[in-house]
Amino acid sequence: MRATVNREGKLEKGFIPRNLCVLCVSVAILLFASPVLAQQAGNVTVIQNATILTVTKGTIEKGSILIRGGKIAEVGKNIAVPAGATVIDATGMYVTPGLIDCHSHIAGEGGINEGSLSVTSMVSIEDIINPADINIYRDLSGGLTAANVLHGSANAIGGQNAVIKLRWGKDARGLLFEGAPPGIKFALGENPKRSNFTPPPGTPRRYPATRLGVEDVIRQAFAEAREYKKEWDAYEKRRAAGESGLLAPRKDLRLEALKQILEGKRLVHAHCYRADEIVMLIKVAEEFGFKIATFQHVLEGYKVAKEIARHGAGASTFSDWWAYKVEAYDATPYNAAIMAQKGVVVSINSDSAEEARHLNQEAAKMMKFGGMSETEALKLVTLNPAMQLGVASRVGSVEAVKDADLVIWDKHPFSVYAVAQKSLIDGIVYFDRKKDIELRAELEKEKKALLEKEKKAAEPPARPAGAGPGRPPGGQRPPGGGQRPPENKPEETKPVVGSGPVEVRP
Amino acid sequence: MNDAIQFFRTPRPLCLRDLCVDYFSSFAAPRLVLFAALFALAMPAAAQTYAITGARIYTLAGPPIEGGTVVIKDGKIAAVGKNVSVPGGARVIDGKGLEVYPGFFDSVSEMGLVEIDAVPATVDTQELGEYNPQLVAATAVHPASEHIPVARANGVTHAVSVPGMGGSVIIGGQASAIHLNGWVMDEMAIRRAAAMTVNWPTLQTGGGGFGGFGAPRRPFTEVKQEYEKRVAALGEWLDRARHYAQAREKGSADKFERDLKLEALVPVIKGELPLLVLANSDRDIKNAIEFCEKQKVKLIIAGGRQAWKVKDLLKQKNVPVILRSTQSLPVEEDDPYDKPYTQPGELHAAGVKIAFATFGGDNSAVGSYAVANEAGNAVAYGLPREEALKAITLYPAQMYGLGDKLGSIEAGKIANLVVTTGDALELRTQIRYVFVNGVQASTDNKHKQLYEKYRARP
Repeated sequence: MRATVNREGKLEKGFIPRNLCVLCVSVAILLFASPVLAQQAGNVTVIQNATILTVTKGTIEKGSILIRGGKIAEVGKNIAVPAGATVIDATGMYVTPGLIDCHSHIAGEGGINEGSLSVTSMVSIEDIINPADINIYRDLSGGLTAANVLHGSANAIGGQNAVIKLRWGKDARGLLFEGAPPGIKFALGENPKRSNFTPPPGTPRRYPATRLGVEDVIRQAFAEAREYKKEWDAYEKRRAAGESGLLAPRKDLRLEALKQILEGKRLVHAHCYRADEIVMLIKVAEEFGFKIATFQHVLEGYKVAKEIARHGAGASTFSDWWAYKVEAYDATPYNAAIMAQKGVVVSINSDSAEEARHLNQEAAKMMKFGGMSETEALKLVTLNPAMQLGVASRVGSVEAVKDADLVIWDKHPFSVYAVAQKSLIDGIVYFDRKKDIELRAELEKEKKALLEKEKKAAEPPARPAGAGPGRPPGGQRPPGGGQRPPENKPEETKPVVGSGPVEVRP
Repeated sequence: MNDAIQFFRTPRPLCLRDLCVDYFSSFAAPRLVLFAALFALAMPAAAQTYAITGARIYTLAGPPIEGGTVVIKDGKIAAVGKNVSVPGGARVIDGKGLEVYPGFFDSVSEMGLVEIDAVPATVDTQELGEYNPQLVAATAVHPASEHIPVARANGVTHAVSVPGMGGSVIIGGQASAIHLNGWVMDEMAIRRAAAMTVNWPTLQTGGGGFGGFGAPRRPFTEVKQEYEKRVAALGEWLDRARHYAQAREKGSADKFERDLKLEALVPVIKGELPLLVLANSDRDIKNAIEFCEKQKVKLIIAGGRQAWKVKDLLKQKNVPVILRSTQSLPVEEDDPYDKPYTQPGELHAAGVKIAFATFGGDNSAVGSYAVANEAGNAVAYGLPREEALKAITLYPAQMYGLGDKLGSIEAGKIANLVVTTGDALELRTQIRYVFVNGVQASTDNKHKQLYEKYRARP
């Protein structure tokens, strides 16, 4: 699930004053949100003098981008600045499309893994979006502007996803990528069969426990979904024919989502590792007449790239994570290159709030491992994930009429020395490094004041009767609630060693 | 479990190994020289004389040398400079357009101790018991681990393999400095005992784990008591080692009962072996410094995620820090978003000696080669580039007392070198040649073999 733990999990972090954090996050939201409030979506902005990596139309030196109403109106060398337009001078800087992460778990309030059943197609990430998750801002600061927030990988058929734009400061609804096709998480292999997971004492083991069982669970679910669909189709047909006095079949929210898959209205994002299970799912999908949108992780995808390409699925993989479990032992950083060579649309994802801060660097590595061209490598984190998520008409390249989701970098984004300076979504600057740095002193002052206040409040006489210990009086909870369970905080996780709770692995 | 073992020990034809070295390079390499070299490539071959000529050499002992030559002889760097003559019989590597750096050093790793993290049978980092100073990492470093060639092909020539990191262990055992090439440990070991691993006891009131299955919350006072007890126990171990050393020196041999644990701690209390203390919070770092000062033992802080909060103390006490990662999230929610990136530069500016390491874990080898990446990220946020290079070469060597043997390109040092197509910290740069302990080592590995095999699938 949260692969950050792989890199982060071994050391314990320091003491965190929880209440203070909650307070500061709310302060941070207010402060960071201010540039957003100052801008209007209808405003006209021009980014000038930039080296523009358009992805689809080559590189434009000393180019300009005209943004109107949140959309890219024009891209070119000589663009006149309309009266009243905001001008962003990007001399010596690079502009790319906003980066897109096809596998993320940020902004999830509470657990994102409803692991009690093997089929949980009725639950949805959309219902638990937490717009106050600081990782939204942290990822935005690395040039990420959109993410596919997925359910965990505990179940053969997991929950529904939420595609979001990282509009930091907006509410949960405001984060949703309007118009993005809905999707769902599937999972194959070690995680759904619970290979590396010890159930809490007293809990019975859950079917399936083998890859055979994983296939069975999926086939069984779709056999039911097909019957369900038949029932509904028959009803709709009779209703359309004008029959009266019809009784609608019973709604089943679990099967409803699967019916949408059968109808091609919901994208399947399938967590997988081994070549055999990838082929298995292709066969099941073809048996029931639906398509897999993306294979996720897909570390052995290079072994069956031909089959993936023939089915028409995309592949969303890691740049180079390897060997954290048996099914990841045949991983190779050349995976993306081989799959792309064999005609698969490939993206590089993060599965981690940390990794999502430098997807540009993960893409750059693919030039080293397998010799991808610069444009092909850049597509891995822009146009290709946009295609995989069904939003390529909106984002993924710097082209007229697409959404103005853009990143301004001080150096070529494939350089290890590059730092994102501004991240724009719908033409609005949601991250501005300069402003962020300027605000730090203010935040520090605010924090000190809050600490003082908390200290005073903790003194016995000042404490109002009945106040709970440690709860700061006047402490506001950020929208969506500030307390999150440990799995949202990889750095807080207890050391994972040897036979530790492997469930935290992707 | 048996399946897993067979799975990762599947034998491969060794002859194929060397033939795909550098196949993937997009540069017009001196292929003839390369292929000539391949026939002599073996995992440690007999000592050979090499000369890398016409390269830009980052010696890290002075400014870079343009068009310089490095001569490697008998495992050592024999000469380096602009006007160095090539000895007769030397294998010449045309370094024109290439850059030479000291080999990267992953100074806190689990190299060779962990093959597949989720398979306990392949993990040798976690012994039972809280105090295990007698354990030595080198004992269980698996020379045939697939992680070693992967790290090496990406420029990491040596590493410190650390036992017993994390968990409830206090003394994890002796960390070993090893070359990343060799048939057996005897050929790989640089120093079997390079540091004594200590996990600084932390004050954690609960949480952690997955999905709420972590430890339940406990009252702070209870946790603090336990913390103090553990620190006191650590002190007692060192005191006992001191008494043990005195008894051994003064007592008669026949009355002396040998204790392997205390024996292992003697070099620590004598100030010969540094404590590698894993500590991240400013409070833990501060406490560890106070403890080691009182105990008069050498200290390296490892982890150091909040070291920036105690940078003046670190400088004042001259304590070096091996940083876990620039590519990590800020510790606290209200830390600046870029704190992990800016911290190395801040520590350097304050005069603290730093190194970058990856601390093993699930991504052992992949993590190891990321050291250059991590160092590069720190440069983007204020660390001078040369300091970043030193932080993955010379500085960690100095911290372990290996500064006279490794970490820079100077005559007399062990020849651990990488030859690259460009800036060694950049992501797109290819590693062209790797020298370990004076021998040109293969840059082939499992990743490349899988690439070749499946790329060719019809």
